[in-house]
Amino acid sequence: MSDLIRLEYRNVTMRFPQGAGYLTAVQGVSIALRDGEVVSLIGPSGCGKSTLLNIGSGLTAPSEGEAFVDGERVEGPNAHVAFMLQKDLLLPWRTVAENVMFGVEIQAVAAGERKRRAQALLETLNLAEFSEHYPHQLSGGMRQRVALARTLAVDPTVLLLDEPFSAVDAQTRMVLQRELAQTLKRAGKTALLITHDLQEAVTLSDRVLVMSRRPGRIIDEIVIDIPDRDDPLKRRHHPAIAGYINRLMDRLDIGTAVPA
Amino acid sequence: MSNGTSSSLMVRGTAVSVALLIAFLAAWQWGPGLLRIPPFIIPPLSMVANEALRMWHVSGLAFHTGVTAAEVLAGFALGSLLGAFIGYLIGMSPTAEFALSPYILALQIAPKVAFAPLFILWMGFTVYPKILVAILIVFFPVMVNVLTAIRGVDPDLINLARAFKASRAQIFWKIEFPASLPPLFAGLRIGSTLAVVGVVVGELVGGNMGLGYLLSFGEGQANTPMVFVSIVMLTLVGSVAYLLVILIEQRVLHYMPKRAQMGF
Repeated sequence: MSDLIRLEYRNVTMRFPQGAGYLTAVQGVSIALRDGEVVSLIGPSGCGKSTLLNIGSGLTAPSEGEAFVDGERVEGPNAHVAFMLQKDLLLPWRTVAENVMFGVEIQAVAAGERKRRAQALLETLNLAEFSEHYPHQLSGGMRQRVALARTLAVDPTVLLLDEPFSAVDAQTRMVLQRELAQTLKRAGKTALLITHDLQEAVTLSDRVLVMSRRPGRIIDEIVIDIPDRDDPLKRRHHPAIAGYINRLMDRLDIGTAVPA
Repeated sequence: MSNGTSSSLMVRGTAVSVALLIAFLAAWQWGPGLLRIPPFIIPPLSMVANEALRMWHVSGLAFHTGVTAAEVLAGFALGSLLGAFIGYLIGMSPTAEFALSPYILALQIAPKVAFAPLFILWMGFTVYPKILVAILIVFFPVMVNVLTAIRGVDPDLINLARAFKASRAQIFWKIEFPASLPPLFAGLRIGSTLAVVGVVVGELVGGNMGLGYLLSFGEGQANTPMVFVSIVMLTLVGSVAYLLVILIEQRVLHYMPKRAQMGF
């Protein structure tokens, strides 16, 4: 991990028109992710986490402030960033291999190189034998793995992950979390992970940022000082985990909050 | 569904289908006699079969069937192309949809078959008015299905493509167009049966060619078997058109989960 900043939000505010006035989703958020860092963003529903992801990927422009990726101001979608959502967004008419190549195909990477990258990723993610299958033939966990492969195929420096595993069952989720952690570590990728799962946030990240209720602000930053970031299953058993999770619960007012 | 149950379902289903057909044909042959229904109301199967042979040799049944089939094919193909084209165009431009929707709705509500006499006034007793009625009647289900499909594409899918820096054309060809194919084929299935309706109405209103012409000719002669033969042939033409759509659909949508495909 170097001190190079890969992803940065500088004083970002986002307002949406609502009725006669505005709804402020995000208020003055500043975040910086160093090269190779995995940072989780956690907060109550509707606090603007996904808005930040859209701004980072260049799909929406912030009302105020700016986002930078690899030192370049984000003006629109760019090849440095790739995102992955809770929905796998696989195209049902494409095989697994073709789905993995979707992004590189749009970016006009040469056909041979596309195939080589897809093949390599499918092997890393234990999907090689399914490369000619269609999405409807796969389980939810496998589909999310294909989505991860598609995200990695464009070789982004920054991954934006929006609750990528919240739709799969608990056991599959643990397997996928470990695969993600290992892949991120091996490839040295920087990632911003949006999640509702406190344990996921703590076991996968170098740092956890806590956001407030709308309008979303960063209200706390917790550095996760536990080794083995590439092995969340091992991290789960670390004695310090409970302390981090308790602190997060405190910051999120879990247990004391009035239901939204 | 496992292979075993689906194949046994097919065997049983086919057996019941064939039994129903035999029962139907038998009822057609002997039912009218037993119930003392005169042949000019319901002619028995054998009488209709004889009439079909007579029409084949004397009245040019093959020729008239061919004319109707050609009109159905032309009307269906042109109507589908037009419907799909307009559907995609409007689907991609909210402005166009807003501007055109009242007119499209009005045209959709107007009974298309009522245009047949008008088209014959315009184009005479040719094949063209029949094709035109078919085009008009096929147009709507195809267009509406394509439009709904384009509207229904998951915005996150579009955003995914945009995040990869896809152009508008890439979004269309790589996402919107393939996503619209299943509904498009549903529209084509409906259109293939409606095309026959459009063509027959045109032929009934005027002209001296096609199964619709034989139908009204038989009616004029009080030749009930001839009317029956024409109806059977029209059903046959419609069935072939429908089956062709299904065959193409199965080729194109081969990636879809295998359902129990019964041909409906």
